[in-house]
Amino acid sequence: MSRQMTGAEMVVQALKDQGVDTIFGYPGGAVLPIYDAIFQQNDIRHILVRHEQAAVHMAEGYARSTGKPGVVLVTSGPGATNAVTGLTDALMDSIPLVVFSGQVPTFMIGTDGFQEADTIGITRPCTKHNWLVKDPAKLSETIHQAFHVATSGRPGPVLIDLPKDVQFATGQYTGPKLARVDHYQPKVKGDIEAITKLVELIEKAERPIFYTGGGVINSGPGASQLLRELVDATGFPITSTLMGLGAYPASGKGWLGMLGMHGLYEANLAMHGCDLMINLGARFDDRITGRVADFSPHSTKAHVDIDASSINKIITVDLPIVGDIGHVLEDLLKVWKARGRKVNKEGLANWWGRIDEWKKVRCLAYTNSDAIIKPQYALERLDALTRGRNRYITTEVGQHQMWAAQYLGFEAPNRWMTSGGLGTMGYGFPASIGVQIAHPDALVINIAGEASWLMNMQEMGTATQFRTPVKQFILNNERLGMVRQWQDLLHGGRYSQSWSESLPDFVKLAESFGWKGIICRDPKELDDAIMEMIDYDGPVLFDCLVEKHENCFPMIPSGKPHNEMLLSADAAAFAGGAALV
Amino acid sequence: MAALNIKKGSTSHSAYDLRDFHSDIERSHTLAVIVENEPGVLARVIGLFSGRGYNIDSLTVAEIDHKGHRSRITIVTRGTEAVIEQIRAQLGRIVPVHEVHDLTTEAKAVERELALFKVTATGEKRVESLRLADIFRASVVDSTLESFIFEITGTSEKIDAFAELMRPLGLVDVARTGVAALARGV
Ligand SMILES: Cc1ncc(C[n+]2csc(CCOP(=O)(O)OP(=O)(O)O)c2C)c(N)n1
Ligand SMILES: [Mg+2]
Repeated sequence: MSRQMTGAEMVVQALKDQGVDTIFGYPGGAVLPIYDAIFQQNDIRHILVRHEQAAVHMAEGYARSTGKPGVVLVTSGPGATNAVTGLTDALMDSIPLVVFSGQVPTFMIGTDGFQEADTIGITRPCTKHNWLVKDPAKLSETIHQAFHVATSGRPGPVLIDLPKDVQFATGQYTGPKLARVDHYQPKVKGDIEAITKLVELIEKAERPIFYTGGGVINSGPGASQLLRELVDATGFPITSTLMGLGAYPASGKGWLGMLGMHGLYEANLAMHGCDLMINLGARFDDRITGRVADFSPHSTKAHVDIDASSINKIITVDLPIVGDIGHVLEDLLKVWKARGRKVNKEGLANWWGRIDEWKKVRCLAYTNSDAIIKPQYALERLDALTRGRNRYITTEVGQHQMWAAQYLGFEAPNRWMTSGGLGTMGYGFPASIGVQIAHPDALVINIAGEASWLMNMQEMGTATQFRTPVKQFILNNERLGMVRQWQDLLHGGRYSQSWSESLPDFVKLAESFGWKGIICRDPKELDDAIMEMIDYDGPVLFDCLVEKHENCFPMIPSGKPHNEMLLSADAAAFAGGAALV
Repeated sequence: MAALNIKKGSTSHSAYDLRDFHSDIERSHTLAVIVENEPGVLARVIGLFSGRGYNIDSLTVAEIDHKGHRSRITIVTRGTEAVIEQIRAQLGRIVPVHEVHDLTTEAKAVERELALFKVTATGEKRVESLRLADIFRASVVDSTLESFIFEITGTSEKIDAFAELMRPLGLVDVARTGVAALARGV
């Protein structure tokens, strides 16, 4: 297809041809021609946000819960700079986004024009790739290439900077099929010789473990399906990073829970003590490894990743496999089956025996109270009351985020959206709106801390306007809880600037935006209050007043090895100083 | 990517012992990076080096194929084997990067640099500078009664050596192109 149209019309046409149904954005002078084109059509829905950072997080929520790229439109200058946090967040967590920013007309670039910013320069390090389009003849092809780059290989955010005169100019539109994309074709098939080596290791291993990450989810639902088949057929234990939760079901028999800084005791000790580590789409982040020199010292390590630069970046591995997780798992299963589905049964039985001993520590145990709501209890109840439902969870960043990862069970991929790599407070609320836009009938809950939640609270208006019945479940400890915890454990209890002062009356705040507000402080009333939140047909702000001084355990302090983990008093009492490894 | 060298049967060693190329020794490597000749591509490459804290000892860039929109960036960098491997992989992620070659390990490369030296001198020093230039096969490309500009090509080491000898004779200005390199053979 090829016809004449304006640059602004090309943007809209290209989005339609890419199958985009929703964009998140905020207008301004430099994108008015595109907004005019949006006005004159009905295929693409525009969600008007209240701050451009939130538009990007919404697009991330949309993308992570659907597997499709999220699309954002912002104006030049401040519109683009406001988007930078979201772009960086998406880059760190490998989320496919296509962001359009307006720019001053080409003849004004470089003159410090009104609302001019060097958007390409500013976003170069926080996008997977970006383009400044100066020639209308290249616009449609560039947009199609942008979708290709954002979604292939290791996904990520891309940005197209569009000068205003290019939006007005007319040119030839070309469809997606004519766009040249052959210059960027990351390898998806893994080396079969290396895969066969991995099968040999799997057959012999005495103490194996699967260590999985966001790459499994990004690879698509098929990869999660293959992972389940492989884990269940081999009987190996499996742990996952924060990013990978849901790829293997929490109810599955191989599941050890999350690993890392606030990971489960059994998961971290199994990583420390294993003899074969199979890393699938995770990247040995410092929140996972702790002190690198002491990380899993006795294991042979295999690492499957679509991004060659993730391999040997932090931890030197023995068996690198560059490829897409889904493709590699498919080949791996084929080879393993063809060779007779062998595992080291005896070794494995002993290994599970040790793991079961570690599980007895019950590292998530906490002292409950009937006077005050413990945050862990609130999440256990929330999980119990929502588990069977069509549920999506987003989070903010802090203690509540880690407790959510520990106490909620995820049975399917794409149901858990949290800012893992960048740790962006203010992510969860807009992300929950993006998820709800994509899944209007689902139960979408943002598990929040009061401080994080305030960082993008202006989006209450967006939720009201677009009738997204998002549930904001705030674990309100009146503290920057995670900061307070570090100060408690590592800075002599000097609580410098970690109090959430002058908080709003959340119920009144809710009502002022036409939401329902709920406040709950009594553990005995919690179940009813949660049910009231779930049953309400509209957005709810739930102010759950919780214990203010609770710390999140287990915890491996930064830079410590896995076997120097701090446990809660309850769990530590049980572990009783027993040798950890 | 590293060769597969799993020690069969034994899994009781640290992964660090298994890799024969794991070493703390820093070495100079010359990388040839073939890129799409589009705006900003050099900024991407340089931004990668500064953002991730890698060294650049020398960098040259020029278009090598006008029709095919290809440019060649030659980078001399320094690091352990692991760092160099990481640099190569990171360069490979940049969307408009087509190929990355480590000319130091993949093939013995021919490396050349061009430099211009301005020497101001009179009398015996002036004569001596001409004599040295002759030995180094540098040619005079500009001369006044008190100055010469010498043009010299060669390895970076040869140019360094020439500069050392010229300095006491009145070297006032140097312009160097940085290294251009090609793998030998076919
Ligand atoms: C934008 C941003 N600024 C600062 C931080 C550092 N930080 C991490 S957690 C945290 C406190 C979060 O408090 P709250 O949202 O109330 O969650 P809690 O830990 O109390 O559950 C802070 C300040 C961050 N992650 N993001
Ligand atoms: Mg808090």
